[in-house]
Amino acid sequence: MRLPRTRRNRPIDRELVAPSGMTVRDLCNEATAGLFARPGRTVLTVFGTVIGLASLVATLGLSRTAGNQIVGRFDELAVTEIVVSPKPAATTNTTTQVLPWDAPTRLGRLNGVAAAGNLSTLDVGARLVAASPVSDPQNQTAFKMTVTAASPGLFRAVRAVLRTGAIIDPVQSIRAERVAVLGPNAATRLGISRLDQLPAVMIGDDVYLVIGILDSVARQPDLLGAVIIPEGTAQRYYRLSHPGLVVVETDIGASSLIAQQIPVALRPDNPRSLKIVSPPGPKRVRDAVQNDLDLLFLILGGVSLLVGAIGIANVTLVSVIERTGEIGLRRALGASRRHIGQQFLLESTTVGIVGGVLGASLGTLVVVAVSAYQQWTPVLDPLAPFLAPVVGGLTGLVSGTYPALRATRLEPVEALRSGT
Amino acid sequence: MADEGATLAPVISLSSLGKRFDSEPPVDALVEVNLVVSAGEWVAIVGPSGSGKSTLLNIVGCLDTQTSGSYRFDGIEVSDLSDKQRAGLRCRGIGFVFQSFHLLAHRSVTDNVMLADVYRMAPLHDRRARATAALDTVGLGHRAEFLPTRLSGGERQRVAIARAIAGSPRLLLCDEPTGNLDSTTTSAVLELFAELNRQGITIMMITHEHDVAERAGREVHITDGVLSERA
Repeated sequence: MRLPRTRRNRPIDRELVAPSGMTVRDLCNEATAGLFARPGRTVLTVFGTVIGLASLVATLGLSRTAGNQIVGRFDELAVTEIVVSPKPAATTNTTTQVLPWDAPTRLGRLNGVAAAGNLSTLDVGARLVAASPVSDPQNQTAFKMTVTAASPGLFRAVRAVLRTGAIIDPVQSIRAERVAVLGPNAATRLGISRLDQLPAVMIGDDVYLVIGILDSVARQPDLLGAVIIPEGTAQRYYRLSHPGLVVVETDIGASSLIAQQIPVALRPDNPRSLKIVSPPGPKRVRDAVQNDLDLLFLILGGVSLLVGAIGIANVTLVSVIERTGEIGLRRALGASRRHIGQQFLLESTTVGIVGGVLGASLGTLVVVAVSAYQQWTPVLDPLAPFLAPVVGGLTGLVSGTYPALRATRLEPVEALRSGT
Repeated sequence: MADEGATLAPVISLSSLGKRFDSEPPVDALVEVNLVVSAGEWVAIVGPSGSGKSTLLNIVGCLDTQTSGSYRFDGIEVSDLSDKQRAGLRCRGIGFVFQSFHLLAHRSVTDNVMLADVYRMAPLHDRRARATAALDTVGLGHRAEFLPTRLSGGERQRVAIARAIAGSPRLLLCDEPTGNLDSTTTSAVLELFAELNRQGITIMMITHEHDVAERAGREVHITDGVLSERA
């Protein structure tokens, strides 16, 4: 190297050959000026990122919102249901394994129980259910049907909706009246749709007055096809010795506590004799639903973002090619390859960041607007609007890398010759 | 000043400089070029197209490197410098004027002139003053805030000259500076170069027009990469 010797001889040269530089402020100014040189194109490029990130934020937000909605509905039913039944008898002494008749009353005293009712499926043997005492050899008029006994509180506990008539009241149960409420499917099979003519059904040879027809139940779907008679009636005529199970509806959030209290409330003498079924952790179900939705929408948003990124890369590349002359000039004025690369990278990154900010705003607006229209509660990860500009900036940075490299590789001689 | 130039230290010193392009077959664009340009001189390099004058200008302007021989700028051996150091030398030591002006169309005249100061990291408050002074020198002080697109060809070249001289370079390197101008404008621009040269600025100008070259104090011919001096 001959330079050090030269430097010793002529100290002034050291300043002359000191590498050129560029302050951060100048870099920002030059990049901004580069972007504003063709505002129309810059706006269109930003638009690509805006669409990508808006769809990403919107899909993330909407999936969260919709997921919350789906899970919310699921929760309402699942999280508030408890079914209590006696454990299968391990010994012959079955008297210790039974539910008390006054279980609904006992459970009603617990804070957090919204409704409770006994439900027992009756063993009717070979008895068929028929709507008419006359047997018609041409048509089937008698059917094998489930006959269940219900305490009055059961209808609230299963959220039964009446189509017509009335549900069983406590007096009918106490007096063991022969009345019945039909599930909608049972009513259809028996050909009963109206109560104004006081229809009756035959269970075996016994006549039961139909007092109500259900429209739907939210729980215990077996009830849809069943003939439901009062519990007291079942005790008297079918020798029902104890309730089959107790259906409990709790207030939201109370189920786990109530599930702990039920055994003691019903069988303080033998709490372990009861089987408590509350559906599996709803939180896990929620997470599973959430993850499926998130993945789907993330892929969609990612594809949109990729399209935006290709847009930035494309426009930056066109810009590099168009500004070949400018690159040559800057090199002649003292810019190093690094300075040229930095400027183009900053331009593409800025496009990405601006697109990210606008996209996050637009995406949030979409989430809020859709939620308002659907009357949902908008749910959005609080990080999403803040991460979007970062993701946008990174997208711009990555997209701008290849064009910037192209720019740095341009030889000033060639650039000056080809550019104007 | 121009008369005293010969007694001053050389700004450019080329000895046995060669440039070979590794094409097939290899092309010798410059062969054994020897040239000394002293401070304050105005040298015109004249030659037909393809004679090697652009190659010479690129090497002198530190935009390209020779394949043999020595090039000293202000006593510094340029081939010993790194890419970054040559960039530094370009921004502080050399002012470029191009045939096609190379002005940024969307920046004002003043901004265009101040652009060179960006890579010198000159203090902001000095830049405008220097740009204004340079524009005054080329007679365009009244066009400072215009966009280049609103200027005539001659005015654009004056802006480019103002940009080149704003940093007080050791050498003004001009590549066909009047190539895109009509004859009236050409003579006005040449008069400006003469004035700058009288102020002590060293000028090296490449041209293929003899009448332009005649305005220079010294004319050097180049043919097929070989340099020949003509008084």
